[in-house]
Amino acid sequence: MIAFVRRRFRRRPDAIVCRDAVALMAGYLDDALDARDRVRLEGHLAACPHCSEHLAQLRVTIGALGRVDVVDALPEEAVDDLVAVYRRWLAD
Amino acid sequence: MLVAIDLRCAAMADDAELVAGLRTGDEAAFAALVREHHAAMVRVATSVVGSRAVADEVVQDTWLAVVRGIERFEGRSSLKTWLFHILVNRARTAVGKERRSGTVTAEGLDDRFDAAGAWASPPVPWSDEVDDRLVAERLAPSARRLIDELPDMQRQVVLLRDVEGLPADDVAEMLGLTAGNQRVLLHRARTRVRAGLEAEMDVR
Repeated sequence: MIAFVRRRFRRRPDAIVCRDAVALMAGYLDDALDARDRVRLEGHLAACPHCSEHLAQLRVTIGALGRVDVVDALPEEAVDDLVAVYRRWLAD
Repeated sequence: MLVAIDLRCAAMADDAELVAGLRTGDEAAFAALVREHHAAMVRVATSVVGSRAVADEVVQDTWLAVVRGIERFEGRSSLKTWLFHILVNRARTAVGKERRSGTVTAEGLDDRFDAAGAWASPPVPWSDEVDDRLVAERLAPSARRLIDELPDMQRQVVLLRDVEGLPADDVAEMLGLTAGNQRVLLHRARTRVRAGLEAEMDVR
C-alpha cells in the first residue's frame, strides 16, 4: 500500500510525502494554509489512509483537550471568596 | 458558517452584558466571569510561573486589573481574550519573561517517518471507535495529565489554543511567538498528547 502510494505521488510534481503532510496539519486545522498547500494536503489525504487516520486522531485529541475544563471545575465556595474580595475592591 | 456567526454574536452579546455589569459594580456579573474563567486562569498561570501559590497571586492581580480597567475595554477582542492577555502578561512579568520572546528549539528528527518521508510504522487506526463527545470527556482527565508533562512552551500554547480555544494570532502575541512558531509548538504538543492517549487506549 505504501509502495503504491509512493509510486502514485512520484508521477505528480506537486505531491508531498507523509512527513510534510503531517507538518501541514496544524495550519490546515486552523484554516491557515495558503491555497496551494491546502490543495497539496487534501490531495495527499485523499490517497493516503495513514495520514487521514492521523488527522482523525488529532481531531479526537483536540476534542479531549477541549474538555479538560470539566476536570478542574471551581468549587462554589471559591466563587464566594472571590466575590467577597470584589466587594472590598469596590469599597476601596 | 451561519451557526458560527450566530455563536459569535451570542458571545458578543454576553460580553456586552458582562462588561456593562462590571462597569456598574454588579456582583452577579463578576461571579459569572469567575465561574467561567477562574479555574482556567489558574491552570494557565501555573503553566507559566510553575508554582500554584504564585499563580494564585497572579490570577488575583489579574482580576483586580480587570475590575479597575474595565472602562478601557473596547471590545476589539472578546472579553475572554482580553482577560487572558492581561493574565499571561502578568504571569510572564512575574517570572521575568516579559521582554523575552518565546523560542522554539529544534526537536530530534521525527522517527515516525522513513528517509523518504513516508510513515515508518503507520498509525494504528482507532479514531473510528472514539469519535464522539462522550469519549472526549472520558479522555479529558488523561489529556489534563498529559498536558502537565509537556515542555513549558508547548504546554502554554496548547492550554491557550485547544483547552481555552483562543485565536492563534492572540496566543502568538501573548507568548511573543511568530505565527509559525506558535503552530510548530501546537503541533508538537498535540502530537505528544495524541501518543499519550493512544498508549492509554492500549491499541498497540
